[in-house]
Amino acid sequence: MGLSDEAQTKESTNGAKPRIAVFSLTSCEGCSLAILELEDQLIDILDVVEIVNFREAMSERSWEIDIGFVDGAVSTPDDEAEIRHFRDHCGTLVAIGACACVGGINTLKNHQDETAYRRYVYGDRAKWFPTQQAKPLSAFVKVDYELPGCPMVKEEFLELVKCLLIGKPFRLPDFPVCVECKKLGNPCLYEQGIVCLGPVTRAGCRAICPSYGSKCEACRGVLSAEALRAAGVNLQERYGVTLDEIRSDLRLYGAHQEEKIS
Amino acid sequence: MINEDSVLEQSQKSSRDVTISVKHLTRVEGHGNISVNVKDGEITNLELAIVESPRFFEAFLRGRPWNEAPHITCRICGICSVGHTTASFHAMEAACGIQVTPQTDRLRKLILMGEELQSHWLHLYFLAVPDYLGVGSVIPLASSHPEVVQRALRMKKLANDICSVVGGRHIHPIAIHVGGVTHFPKHEDLLGLKDRLIASREDLKEMVGLFGTLSVPSFERDTEYLSLKDVGGGEYAFYDGDIVSTKDPSPTPVAEYRERVIEDVVPHSAAKHCRTPISETYAVGALARFNNNHEQLHPEAKRVAEDLGLRAICMNPFHNNTAQLIETVHCVERAIELIDELVTIGVRPEPLVKPTSFGRGAGATEVPRGVLFHEYGVDRNGMIEMANLIIPTGQNLANIEADMRALVPQLLDEGMDKDAITLRLEMLVRAYDPCISCATHLLDVLWVD
Repeated sequence: MGLSDEAQTKESTNGAKPRIAVFSLTSCEGCSLAILELEDQLIDILDVVEIVNFREAMSERSWEIDIGFVDGAVSTPDDEAEIRHFRDHCGTLVAIGACACVGGINTLKNHQDETAYRRYVYGDRAKWFPTQQAKPLSAFVKVDYELPGCPMVKEEFLELVKCLLIGKPFRLPDFPVCVECKKLGNPCLYEQGIVCLGPVTRAGCRAICPSYGSKCEACRGVLSAEALRAAGVNLQERYGVTLDEIRSDLRLYGAHQEEKIS
Repeated sequence: MINEDSVLEQSQKSSRDVTISVKHLTRVEGHGNISVNVKDGEITNLELAIVESPRFFEAFLRGRPWNEAPHITCRICGICSVGHTTASFHAMEAACGIQVTPQTDRLRKLILMGEELQSHWLHLYFLAVPDYLGVGSVIPLASSHPEVVQRALRMKKLANDICSVVGGRHIHPIAIHVGGVTHFPKHEDLLGLKDRLIASREDLKEMVGLFGTLSVPSFERDTEYLSLKDVGGGEYAFYDGDIVSTKDPSPTPVAEYRERVIEDVVPHSAAKHCRTPISETYAVGALARFNNNHEQLHPEAKRVAEDLGLRAICMNPFHNNTAQLIETVHCVERAIELIDELVTIGVRPEPLVKPTSFGRGAGATEVPRGVLFHEYGVDRNGMIEMANLIIPTGQNLANIEADMRALVPQLLDEGMDKDAITLRLEMLVRAYDPCISCATHLLDVLWVD
């Protein structure tokens, strides 16, 4: 993923509570909201960190930030300026959610002509809305950690915060969703004729979509180029599903992007 | 309470000149700015501007398969993702000639109750109460009012868990699809929720007590309140209904929503706002629903409305908060009823209902912030070829501005200084509980340079 698992947190050395910020770019702000949905842990978290900038939840705003969490993709010139500004003011920068990690659902617009989609939604005033292709944060700045998923997985967020506080390395699972799905005993959706992206998608979500009767849509991104190639061969042999079909389905959250699969 | 980012200037010449500019309005969902200029006591410029990045959902839905619509559109907004899902499957089921089963309707109504509770309680406790208690966020309340924060978190968690039991999670529910659901909750899980809902009645009593002590700013402006109404069934409308308003109570089916809600495309104009055939601006949301449908509230919710002194037709937008609180009393009781019905009849697996045809269809749902419309056209291959989405916050924007125009002179007459005016305007905007992420997929966007 090109991430620095060893990125050191400066804030853990001086004894003061780490100063946390939460920002949103082009997104539904669901990953920021997910932090407020940690009802059982929120008060404990506030004991060990200081939230200094979280527009969705508070009026105060500070720019001395140890750890910044950012949801959303970069999809406008303003977003691009903002992410560079955040990077400059955050000791550690964490991308949260599919939009920040792989571009997310916003990347669906990348497949259409820019003038056409702007005119479709904004008509005569299309020129008022400067946009660019939706891209993940890592296309513009160094990102220290990524918490993928649409939305991010709350347990992974807690794990990362713990690791940062005690200076322990944090790693995402390096196996596909199928491993978690099998452990849970879910029947394989391929046996029902459904094309599921579990075989190529990074685990860590506890296979929540197949567990609730729906196919994996790869919101956590592709595990690796090797996994994708291997799945292409295996799925073709067993179920007659081509690599092209898989790649086309991967478009929903931008997980198909080749630069993210190197 | 003033943001560091706020730029506040007051002319030395005259106390009747005020310039207010609030950049990145806080404690709302999404990015918004307020700017007001007053010269010699007259408003020369007033805008609630949305600076969030445009999203282009309507454009990129085109070419996607019919059954992806709810999973794509719920990603418009994390806070009302169940609401978008609901409006979306209503519209798509109309476009595909799908009639779902009674069990599907009950499960989908239950998850919607979970979201209304989650959103209203989040808004009231985390976003609105800090204004009334004079703090910048809920965080200082954790030490000054720990019992309030504990209670808020307990209630919010219950609301989330309702969504998780039915749909897998609250933010971007998994099991809710066009034609039905793909997860069938166990009776023990439903009954566990019921026990907690019953226990939450005590928490709600405390909450109503707290809100009874807060003084709601006095302000009134005559406007049209528009919402859905369950004309045939007599249920307080959240899930579906016909369109009614305080100025025109005759019901209009959702399929003809363009008769009641008009979006103006004005070339080269900074603002495209919604209006109705009767009014230049109108309001949607909890207060609109209360004003149109208060007689259909659960008796317990009616009693709380009486205790809090809210009477239809209320024209004070600050009372949208009061209406939200009353609705949560209703939603708790309605969720208990739905669980009772589901368990009595017995939840059993059902396949998704398949399309019988492809064409055009509209759907509407009362999401926490008001009525939400989705409309789709689907081609003969099942691919979406047209999408139109009308979002509550988009419908409210012009009305909020009209309120500000009426409120600013009133506050100046009361001799209020610029900081107090700014806070009051922020409170007004927050009372509408605007969801700016939602609003920015569409046309109601102003830019302030």
